[in-house]
Amino acid sequence: MRNSSITNVSRRGLLGGMGAGAFVLAVGLPRPGRAQEEEPEFGRDAMPNGWRDDPKIFIAIAEDGTVTVTCHRQEMGQGVRTSIAMVVADELGAEWDNVRVTQAPGDEEKYGNQDTDGSRSLRHHFMPLRRAGAAARTMLEQAAAAQWGVDVAEVKADGHKVSHAGSGKSLGYGELAAAAMDLEVPARDSLTLKDPSEFRYIGKNSIGLVDNMDITTGNTTYGIDVRREGMLYAVVARPPVYGGKVASLDDSAALAIDGVEKVVQIDPAEFPTEFAPLGGVAVIAKNTYLAMKGRDALQIEWEDGPNAEYDSEAYRESLSQAANSDGGKVIRDEGDYDAAAAGAAQTVEAEYYIPHLAQAPMEPPAAVVEIKDGKAEAWACVQAPQVTRLRLAERLGLSEDAVKVNVTLLGGGFGRKSKPDFVLEAGILSQAMDGAPVKLTWSREDDIRHGYYHTVSVEKMTAGLDADGKTIAWRHRTAAPTIGSIFAPDPAQKLPFELGMGLLNMPLAIENIRAENPQAQAHVRIGWYRAVSNIPHAFAIQSFAAELANAAGRDQKDYLLELIGPARQIDPTNQGDVWNYGENPDVYPVDTGRMAAVVEAAADGIEWGREMPEGRGLGIAGHYSFVSYVAVAAEVEVVDGEVMVPRVSIAIDCGAHVNPDRIRSQMEGAVIMGVGQALMTEVNFAEGRAQQGNFDSYLIPRMDRAPKRIDVHLVGDDAAYDRPLGGVGEPGLPPVVPAITNAVFAATKKRIRRLPIADQLRS
Amino acid sequence: MVKLVINGEERQFDGDQDTPLLWVLRDEMGLTGTKFGCGIAACGACTVHIDGAPSFACVTPVGVLEGAKITTIEGLSENGDHPVQEAWRDLNVAQCGYCQAGQVMQAAALVDQYDTVTDEDIDAVMSANLCRCGTYPRIRAAVKQAAAAKSGTKEAEAQ
Repeated sequence: MRNSSITNVSRRGLLGGMGAGAFVLAVGLPRPGRAQEEEPEFGRDAMPNGWRDDPKIFIAIAEDGTVTVTCHRQEMGQGVRTSIAMVVADELGAEWDNVRVTQAPGDEEKYGNQDTDGSRSLRHHFMPLRRAGAAARTMLEQAAAAQWGVDVAEVKADGHKVSHAGSGKSLGYGELAAAAMDLEVPARDSLTLKDPSEFRYIGKNSIGLVDNMDITTGNTTYGIDVRREGMLYAVVARPPVYGGKVASLDDSAALAIDGVEKVVQIDPAEFPTEFAPLGGVAVIAKNTYLAMKGRDALQIEWEDGPNAEYDSEAYRESLSQAANSDGGKVIRDEGDYDAAAAGAAQTVEAEYYIPHLAQAPMEPPAAVVEIKDGKAEAWACVQAPQVTRLRLAERLGLSEDAVKVNVTLLGGGFGRKSKPDFVLEAGILSQAMDGAPVKLTWSREDDIRHGYYHTVSVEKMTAGLDADGKTIAWRHRTAAPTIGSIFAPDPAQKLPFELGMGLLNMPLAIENIRAENPQAQAHVRIGWYRAVSNIPHAFAIQSFAAELANAAGRDQKDYLLELIGPARQIDPTNQGDVWNYGENPDVYPVDTGRMAAVVEAAADGIEWGREMPEGRGLGIAGHYSFVSYVAVAAEVEVVDGEVMVPRVSIAIDCGAHVNPDRIRSQMEGAVIMGVGQALMTEVNFAEGRAQQGNFDSYLIPRMDRAPKRIDVHLVGDDAAYDRPLGGVGEPGLPPVVPAITNAVFAATKKRIRRLPIADQLRS
Repeated sequence: MVKLVINGEERQFDGDQDTPLLWVLRDEMGLTGTKFGCGIAACGACTVHIDGAPSFACVTPVGVLEGAKITTIEGLSENGDHPVQEAWRDLNVAQCGYCQAGQVMQAAALVDQYDTVTDEDIDAVMSANLCRCGTYPRIRAAVKQAAAAKSGTKEAEAQ
């Protein structure tokens, strides 16, 4: 039985009904005019404000023939501005050199859903945007046929012009644009989409990024780059402990600095804090340096509040205790785990720890807000511009119509910029300056110390093997604070969408499975971080699979394939996963054949099974997430306790390819982010305070730690454009870490169960 | 007051002389191509050339730069055609692009200075610049391509 009320939890969907503290999730609820007994909606249909395919929204053609595609998804490095333009231009029959891209502001009534998260821009909008392109192409043909007085069936649009074979006439798109755009948009079911064999851009490798020239010449505009006439610059001193507030403030030294204009207190956030600013003290000045200097001069005593005792080491112990205790909420129960475990020939146990992480996009959060004549305008690097608009309007006491959110390029997002708290800060400060434009910049320390952190978790795994080494019983206990804690009084249990990230829906064939979720309270803001709960789940499950292989005396890859079992399609709802990334389980079942295929491809790519010299080893891991299948095989070298990852092979099956070069670049980037998580990256807390603050302590890989060789293998039916697409931006990351730590085991016989490795291998 | 030459133009700044060059460029001169990433010389997003040498603008007080020649990403080449810029576009190096101005400036100094560039050189020099998207493999390839193009040019010039 599928539960439609919780089927489609999107990141944004959490917002809808949670304000009142009730865990009602907006998008699963019936829409006005829909009867409750109707079939539940999935995928793009279930997203807030849905999708659009109207060419008049997305395509403009100028008299000179320039085609401007409006991109309603936010660019943060995944290449979406290029990919969306490729889709539209291909169906339109446009010449790439005459295509430009403009960025839509936050306006979901016009553009449909704009939340750029969950690895779903192309998954959800590929078909609507193809239709938009095809519709515009049809309208150009109709306009030309009308002008020539011939049947529309006799003309053909391609190569930026419409031609009539009979007469040899042709007209350029620019010449037809005005007439074509005056026509009615043809009915959806009347459109003829291109046959994939005719694609010129979709699925091709030859397309350069639309922003390449601007990026390489410094001509781009990120949120932090926006400039307005008369603009002031601000930074904020935030409470060092989550939920703290100002006890006393002496701002005289700050105000004495020439160029510091004003000091403004921002109210502390109330629990649940959702996207509200944390509060604190803002310094507004004539430039960023003076604002920072002013902030340094503030004398603030803080009242730390309820999280002042938060200590990562003590918290890890409490999670461990919870994960080693009976009585956690049972979230999956198949077969008879207890009986099978009792009858096992061998029992294997392992406990894994994954620390908090900060997204740390290279562009820290930054935004400009200006308020004029009762209207606010923001320029910001946000993943969710419509949510930004709604929250900004609420905070400033304006109507939605009186707020415009312009989206800049995002200098990285990784989930941090799904939360518009920093835009609200800019809005509050503009209001405090009578509407003058204020640029609010987060310093790196702000970003690392006051983030929306990736959760911290203990995953306790127990398995029973039979006399042949086959896994016959599997128990997974997951203890981690939930993202739900920022939206409602802390439920202390993971939400269905978190459990559906690779824990409940793992593609393994084991007869007796139990999964439990003991309680865990949050003490910092927990937020989305690229791949989210898949990170701890994949680390635990794929490390444990390798540990079981070792216990059974088997090759790790062979044993993993055995655990995956025969090729079959699993309905995730039968695994207790009612979410399924918001997608219809009939359309997107968990496909173990595809899982096994990427494991084989990753293994082949690293030449699995070759003899390794002393101190070197190979490891492998596979993980299903965002309805895509990824496996990673890593080679490591351990010298004096230092781990190097010279070579990685990563294989992805994400269905058909729109922009294969960007699939590859996402896999490359995922590998390197994963190298960091395996080796060095963590945020921990003492006395409620983050112990890292900048890139000298919050460590991410540099060139010298990046693998010299990363081979990306695109697996599966890359031309099945009639079948649904999988995600790309996130699914590469989860299997990277366990592949590396499994390789470390192969190299050293030391099992890493606690991330990051840091100095654990130094003797 | 300090006078300096930025991208070939004489400029002056009479504000707080402790102001890091980064904020003078970005906030006072409107040259936002040079990026803020850390403020402590740990990420390289602010890399510019000071008298030809790659430098972290975020920790360089403008007051020490009297007479200095500063080149930012906006002034690296007339038409965006430095071999490093061309290689970056050729290989689609960028993801979000934010760190790339600093990467390009660092790489340009590297290939301009040396005739041959090894993997070790790239590790040593380019490790000053962080990229959170993980574009390092393509940066490595692009530096090599640019170096090859550059040395091709040098050979052509020598003949």
